[in-house]
Amino acid sequence: MATDTAIRTEEFQVNMGPQHPSTHGVFRMVLTMDGERVVDCEPHIGFLHRSMEKMAENRLYIQFLPMADRIDYLSSMFCAVAHCEAVEQFMEIEVPPRAKYLRTMFMELNRIASHCIFFGVFALDLGAVTPFLYGFRERELTMDLLEMTSGQRITFNYVRFGGVAADLPESFFPAVERFIKVFPGRVTDYERILNENEIFLARTKGIGVVDAARAINYGWSGPNLRSSGVDFDLRQNMPYEAYGELGYEPVVLPNGDCYDRYLARILEMRASHALIKKCMEGLPEGPTQKEKVSKFPKLPAGEVYVRVESPRGDYGLYLVSDGTDKPYRYKLRTPSFNNLSMIREMLRGVYLADIVPIFGSLDVILPDVDR
Amino acid sequence: MGVIARLPVYWERLPGGGIITTNLEKVLNWSRASSIWYMIFGLACCAIEMMATGCSRYDFDRYGMMFRATPRQSDLMFISGTITLKMAPRIRRLWEQLAEPRYIIAMGSCAISGGGFYYDAYSVLKGIDKVIPVDVYVPGCPPRPEALMHGCLKLQEKIKRESLTKAFGNFKEDQAPRERLDGRWILVK
Repeated sequence: MATDTAIRTEEFQVNMGPQHPSTHGVFRMVLTMDGERVVDCEPHIGFLHRSMEKMAENRLYIQFLPMADRIDYLSSMFCAVAHCEAVEQFMEIEVPPRAKYLRTMFMELNRIASHCIFFGVFALDLGAVTPFLYGFRERELTMDLLEMTSGQRITFNYVRFGGVAADLPESFFPAVERFIKVFPGRVTDYERILNENEIFLARTKGIGVVDAARAINYGWSGPNLRSSGVDFDLRQNMPYEAYGELGYEPVVLPNGDCYDRYLARILEMRASHALIKKCMEGLPEGPTQKEKVSKFPKLPAGEVYVRVESPRGDYGLYLVSDGTDKPYRYKLRTPSFNNLSMIREMLRGVYLADIVPIFGSLDVILPDVDR
Repeated sequence: MGVIARLPVYWERLPGGGIITTNLEKVLNWSRASSIWYMIFGLACCAIEMMATGCSRYDFDRYGMMFRATPRQSDLMFISGTITLKMAPRIRRLWEQLAEPRYIIAMGSCAISGGGFYYDAYSVLKGIDKVIPVDVYVPGCPPRPEALMHGCLKLQEKIKRESLTKAFGNFKEDQAPRERLDGRWILVK
């Protein structure tokens, strides 16, 4: 078509972020556009690089425990559990069964809180405000439960080496019963708002399709990977804490588009709800903290790699100790970073309006990317 | 007349209506304080609490606070989270884009002083007030929604105290703290 009379368009650049409501924090994309089409996207990260890994190497293990909550603040419990599990593996201690169940239950509650935010924010990015209010309504329910046990709303600081900080208070039991009773109905509300909404379907179905091979090649994990048809969930494949006893069937969806990534999280909320129910039914009696565990442990030299299934995927912690009371190397393998790594390839050739659903459906969180 | 009762006015009942006597400054400040539009701009953990405050249970809207997506339409910016050295010049630019009168609430200990990142983080700015002026500090890590709302009420009080004869907003451009903004940052201890 390269004739003299053909209409020629010029490429131009659009800057998106770091201050943009739908970049979920501070993420910058420099987009090269040809009309409405994205030709190229250059992602810039590091606006929230808080030097977490280096801080961990300069602190005692217990001193970093509250900071671990802040690595990924939507799933604080998971980061803290990974930190404690790593230290426990070095110390070769077994956590009491009640503490294991409590950790599992609070991790699942935290997962629900995180997915509620995803539901709200993803819909808000697409222009629907009501789901945002709905998502936060249920998040407050989970926050109540977490707060009455740990005393904090977002950064719980609840897990300890060899157990958890506190047993459940009396008021927890009626509250969790109410939560278990009302929550499935609320998820049905979510589904009725969005699942068959025509605008929502038009903006998410068949957008940003990623097949299984590409997802694996980029190191995807979590609901993103499972919505591309890969049956891999650490809760099932490499059970930790109480997941082995409880059993878990992962949510796997075939299509790998934005809609499936959204649906995977909605279904995971139901699965987490079932796990919480199981946890409360099978909650063993006994202590919540193993006795005589040093609070200021001096770990033997060696290395350990711990993986937990956070709401965003496979959260890994590679801890190297040189025999002192501080870590020698504290390497984090955060799921958001790997999930985000495909953004350049995913955005090439899509329309400008599809950027927001694609980016939103990945459910990345920037402190998890930048550490 | 619940709303009017809170304004320092003289209200005279007349048949078929009434006359309200007050001064312009009070009315202007009252209306400004009752419709603070804030910018939806989240940095870190505190942003989640900011969103929670704007949502169902806590509900900012009843104070007339609505979120806007651009600095040019907003009066208030929450600095909600850790400010890294890479982000600080961008926040400064956002502040410059806010139309006056503009207000800043530093939310959480990271925005106030660097918080947990004060001692051993190499990439964190130790307090947003090194870059832009702050009106209200809300401590906490992160602050509860109630604390944030208390901060906003304090800001309303502050706005109501302001005078027309002086410029709105407490800081002029040249009074604002200015550090090296040409990309090379020197931190002042």
